[in-house]
Amino acid sequence: MKIALESFEKFDPQHLPEFEPLAPGHRACQGCGEVLALRLAAKALGREMMVISATGCMEIISSAYPQTAWRVPWLHVAFENTAAVASGVEAALRIMKEKGKIARDDIPILAVAGDGGTADIGLQALSGALERGHNFIYLCLDNEAYMNTGIQRSSLTPYGAATTTSPPGKLSMGESHFKKDMPAIAVAHKIPYVATVNPAFYLDLMNKVKKASLIKGPAYIHAFSPCPTGWRHEGRYAVKIARLAVQTRVFPLYEVINGKYFLNRKISKPKPVREYLKLQRRFAHLTEEDIEIIQENVNNEYDRLLRLSQAVDLESKLTTSFQEYIDQLKLQMDEAYQKLRAEFQHT
Amino acid sequence: MPTRTPMEVSIAVAKAVQQADVDVIAAYPITPQTHIVEHLSELVANGELQAHFMNVESEHSAISAMVGAAAAGASTFTATSSQGLALMHEILFIAASLRLPIVMVVANRALSGPISIWNDHSDIMAERDIGWIQVFCETGQEAYDAILHAFRVVRDPNVVLPMVVNIDGFNLTHVIEPIYLFEQEELGDYLPEHRQSLKLDIDHPITMGPVGIPEVYTEAKKQVEDALINSKQVILAAWQEFGRRFGRAYAPIETYRVEDAQILLMTMGVISRTAMGAVDRLRDAGKPVGLIRCRLWRPFPLPEFREAVRQASIIAVIDRHISLGAHSGPVGQEVRSALYTLPNRPQVFDFVLGLGGRDVTVHDFLEIVELAEQYATQGPPESEYTLIGLREV
Amino acid sequence: MAEKVEKRAIIGWRNLALGCAILEPGSSMHLLTGTWRLQRPVVDPEKCNQCGLCHIYCPDLAMTKTAAGTYEPDLNYCKGCGICAEECPKDAITLVEEKE
Repeated sequence: MKIALESFEKFDPQHLPEFEPLAPGHRACQGCGEVLALRLAAKALGREMMVISATGCMEIISSAYPQTAWRVPWLHVAFENTAAVASGVEAALRIMKEKGKIARDDIPILAVAGDGGTADIGLQALSGALERGHNFIYLCLDNEAYMNTGIQRSSLTPYGAATTTSPPGKLSMGESHFKKDMPAIAVAHKIPYVATVNPAFYLDLMNKVKKASLIKGPAYIHAFSPCPTGWRHEGRYAVKIARLAVQTRVFPLYEVINGKYFLNRKISKPKPVREYLKLQRRFAHLTEEDIEIIQENVNNEYDRLLRLSQAVDLESKLTTSFQEYIDQLKLQMDEAYQKLRAEFQHT
Repeated sequence: MPTRTPMEVSIAVAKAVQQADVDVIAAYPITPQTHIVEHLSELVANGELQAHFMNVESEHSAISAMVGAAAAGASTFTATSSQGLALMHEILFIAASLRLPIVMVVANRALSGPISIWNDHSDIMAERDIGWIQVFCETGQEAYDAILHAFRVVRDPNVVLPMVVNIDGFNLTHVIEPIYLFEQEELGDYLPEHRQSLKLDIDHPITMGPVGIPEVYTEAKKQVEDALINSKQVILAAWQEFGRRFGRAYAPIETYRVEDAQILLMTMGVISRTAMGAVDRLRDAGKPVGLIRCRLWRPFPLPEFREAVRQASIIAVIDRHISLGAHSGPVGQEVRSALYTLPNRPQVFDFVLGLGGRDVTVHDFLEIVELAEQYATQGPPESEYTLIGLREV
Repeated sequence: MAEKVEKRAIIGWRNLALGCAILEPGSSMHLLTGTWRLQRPVVDPEKCNQCGLCHIYCPDLAMTKTAAGTYEPDLNYCKGCGICAEECPKDAITLVEEKE
């Protein structure tokens, strides 16, 4: 797989494309970080693309008849099958181009689903589409619970969070499991491109989506998506919380290109997770002990990513030194041989 | 009549799909549908069919991929059976609602449980209301022809709906029958090119599958219902044109020895042949018995059905699905409601048989006719329907 | 016979596009979500450094560039979330209560 990185031209922050595939007038909540992430991702792809949407917040806020917020072709079918639908669209474009029925098959296809639609009910369809190698971008808008149905927990709800089905109580401290590592599941399919994005880092987000569209084959992008309604924070803090998620190492920004991890933004002096948690009332019930557990998990996860990204550097170094070692060994053996030979001749 | 060649019905079905020049096929293995898609994948692998064959990870994704491909403007085909069809359930409604011209073969097989790989109609009978055109086949030649009809019908701009061709699992899919396959030139323009007016297109960006708020949901449903009801005219025209060009005639309700028949058996699918054997025997014995066979199940051909049973006094309806907790099988319910408003209507008795691959014999039909006569004179059974071939102890 | 006009429906079924598709791109523009607003952002053009972050971070695409290069909220769509005020590096945006 060749990545078109040589020709990859990043967005110029001074001259971002003006076209907005998602129009105003959509019905997202005030301060919705999810629609912001979606808008930026769509903006990165521009006018010539198609959006396949799962059932969820983004579907209902953008498509309630008779109005649509979409200025590009958009299709919604059901909750769990977004990746399968997108794979059908992609296969159709490819074969129809091959048969001369249409002019182009290089139109980016953006499949969009929430955390529930990706990590829970849609995981099988996603796995199938990734494994089959369809040329599409899958965008998981992770707001860490089933917000559309009223804030029920998903397998991407973080440890300790209160949701309507993981409420804190006498016997409960809220969600009792750590998040499923969804990007790692995507990586396990050996697809060419996996990345995490965050709307606070909008240029990084848009560049990664653009990069994903230039790569042949499936790309999986996991977007941090603050939800004022479900996370119980003030709408105006959506971007601030998104930024804090990176600054506290709760949501590291990284890419996995052909299986190799690249930590895009190393956070050498992280803020304590407490700062991220305290702005959201879904974590308000947590004790110092709970926060300690979360901090430890964040530390471990970040270290793991750091090691994975360092392994890429190390790997390249190791190959050189191994070659050097062999060369040195050869040299030594040669010298020893010459010495022995000289001694033999001497006797 | 041109010479027919013996071949497995599944192979002939695959051949028809090839001749329809489909673009995308998605399928997931389930017995007894497998031979159809295996052969299609071979045709694609050998370059004999220029199509994309998607090996999806479930039937749910098979139908979902078909919806995506059809929305992008491709001609699509899939096949499934039983549990696979049940897994597709929710998406089947959506495919019709989005007005996507998908063609699907259902190799009819019993639904679990207990798990059974054998033939009955419980899979498709659970999908009566999905908004797809649905036909049943009796022979291999019919199955082959029905695929060609299907692609012609769904591609008609006045239809634009998905269509199911029901082919009884094993009893039809896996049998070897003499079948005549057309040369592509012979078919000529019987199959129109696949063209869609509304699809995913960057030059004309539309929103497909929006939220149907209460102020539009009823109207959206009515649009599909109207298209489905009106599709009958297109289907009839497709059959007439087929008959005119190729000499094989098809009708929504077909009849066998119904002249002056007082008692009518009503069947669907491959067991109709066995029923014909029973009718022959009874006619030989002087009984006024005939057979009507329902080919077009959705849209239900109400006037044609009423006309076909006009002179009968007893209809013995054969159901190959048990509608648990109801007072008859689904075909029995359909028939009774179709006749209820008529001033003079025949008596209708419903018989459920051939479940989960249980053999259906000529004797079963002889017994059914006898029971129907008995019910007509002595009153219907307490349960309102009769399970044939049930062992008590 | 005159066609019945059902008041609870917004469109007759005969007028629906195939498959209930919506044919007008971006027609949500007809929906003025600004009516949801409880508070309104006010931009001080003197303080505005024209960085455009308020535009970039607006989930409702309501921050628009003026001829002068500064930014103004489009009150047709601004829901008053306050992200722009929170993110403005120059504190050029303040939120004021929306009057009745």
